[in-house]
Amino acid sequence: MTQEAQTPIVELKGVDKRYGDGPLILDGVSFAAYRGDFITLIGPSGCGKSTILKLISGLNPVSGGSIVVDGKSPDGAAGKLSFVFQEPTLLPWLDVARNAELPLRLHGVGAANRSEAARRSLELVGLGDRTEYYPRQLSGGQKMRVSIARALTVSPSILLLDEPFGALDEMTRDHLNEELLGIRQKLGWTAFFVTHSVAEAVFLSNRILVLSANPGRIHDEVRVDLRYPRTEETRQSPEYQKLVADVSRILRSVERLKA
Amino acid sequence: MILVWYGIYFGLSSEQRFLLPPPHAVVRAFIDEGPALWSAAINTGGGALLGFASAVALSFTLALILSLSPLVRASFYPYLMILQMTPIIVMAPILILWVGPGLKSVTIITFLICFFPMVVNTTQGLISTDRNLVDFFRMCRASKRQEIFLLRVPAALPYFFTGLRIAGTLAPIGAIVGDFYAGNSAGGQGGLGFLSIIYSSRFQMGALFATAAVSCLLGFIFVAGVVSVSWLSLHKWHDSFSQSDN
Repeated sequence: MTQEAQTPIVELKGVDKRYGDGPLILDGVSFAAYRGDFITLIGPSGCGKSTILKLISGLNPVSGGSIVVDGKSPDGAAGKLSFVFQEPTLLPWLDVARNAELPLRLHGVGAANRSEAARRSLELVGLGDRTEYYPRQLSGGQKMRVSIARALTVSPSILLLDEPFGALDEMTRDHLNEELLGIRQKLGWTAFFVTHSVAEAVFLSNRILVLSANPGRIHDEVRVDLRYPRTEETRQSPEYQKLVADVSRILRSVERLKA
Repeated sequence: MILVWYGIYFGLSSEQRFLLPPPHAVVRAFIDEGPALWSAAINTGGGALLGFASAVALSFTLALILSLSPLVRASFYPYLMILQMTPIIVMAPILILWVGPGLKSVTIITFLICFFPMVVNTTQGLISTDRNLVDFFRMCRASKRQEIFLLRVPAALPYFFTGLRIAGTLAPIGAIVGDFYAGNSAGGQGGLGFLSIIYSSRFQMGALFATAAVSCLLGFIFVAGVVSVSWLSLHKWHDSFSQSDN
């Protein structure tokens, strides 16, 4: 693989994390992500997968080891990455357009530029005609779309997604999965994705990291060599279904480990 | 209701009748005492409004300071409690001796009665911001100033308006109680509280009932004002104003 010759866009080396005097949450987590990777972190609850995203985002500092994001510390790489939360986390008092442009507003970008950027990313997620709606007028799936649009407004090179579709029904989730890959095709960011769903992990990613819990460690890595763009047909293919079965088996062995 | 009122009135023995004025006597009092009631209502309303407005402004400022840290809150709350626990009836005479009777002390008494619910509610609102939203702001590297004014303050508005609604009902009551002690009729300064002292000393039952009705109306005006302001700022986005329950 030529990939290994590139410099990684994100690299974790022996990362430990504990909050205060609490128990060790992450224990010596190391992996490298390359430009264009779609990496999914999966594992039992309490394995620290969300914590890894927060460390990469620079929201929380590591307790040991190091993280390099695009050649810098996570804190210095703020403009490069965007975060999509488990909840839509929209500001209920702002309409859709103002929510989508909020990160640019916080960075001090002028009104004209930011509304243009917000309009473009809302169109990408198919909500170009809902700009004047307020969050409470939207469905759960639409709110999540706004949340994704908001993350895309800053044109990030890295997207961190913390179980963004966990609260949605399966139909909506499958649909948004395809849309997400479609947008990635156009914009080409590197993604880190946390989920509980094996099917979602296999469908989206080229690499799946399976974590074990207490403390969180990387247990195994599964490569998904299914061709992009992936569609409904991908879900029907025997290769896809075999991978889902494989990852499920690894996940079960990790859960047993915990018990 | 008026029929029941008449029924009770005529059911009373003639020596008890002075206790309950018949409706026509109240209407009569409105006509006779109209100018006095009107100017008293203006005076009380003015005191209530001044006290209320200053309570809103100062409580908001204090709530912003209190929201900064638990330590600040812990050191301020005892004083707030002392302020709230001391009955206004005991404070009023002290205040009158300090600042003299009239509008000034009515305003201060109203302020004291409105201040506490405003501070407590607004502070609670400012510190109850959704954790994820705060994380989102920090990830965007928002400044502390942006976090307060673009996130914490708007998120606190529903709490703020809860406080405002409580204070809005208390303000006219505070002003009337204040006026009861600190009203000054010399030079036409008296308010509704002072008027009720005069009427009761003269056993003008009809006029007392009319005063009660005007006080009640003043309260409604205040509450209506608060409700419409909160509607204007919340109805577009807050669930408490949603038309359908979807």
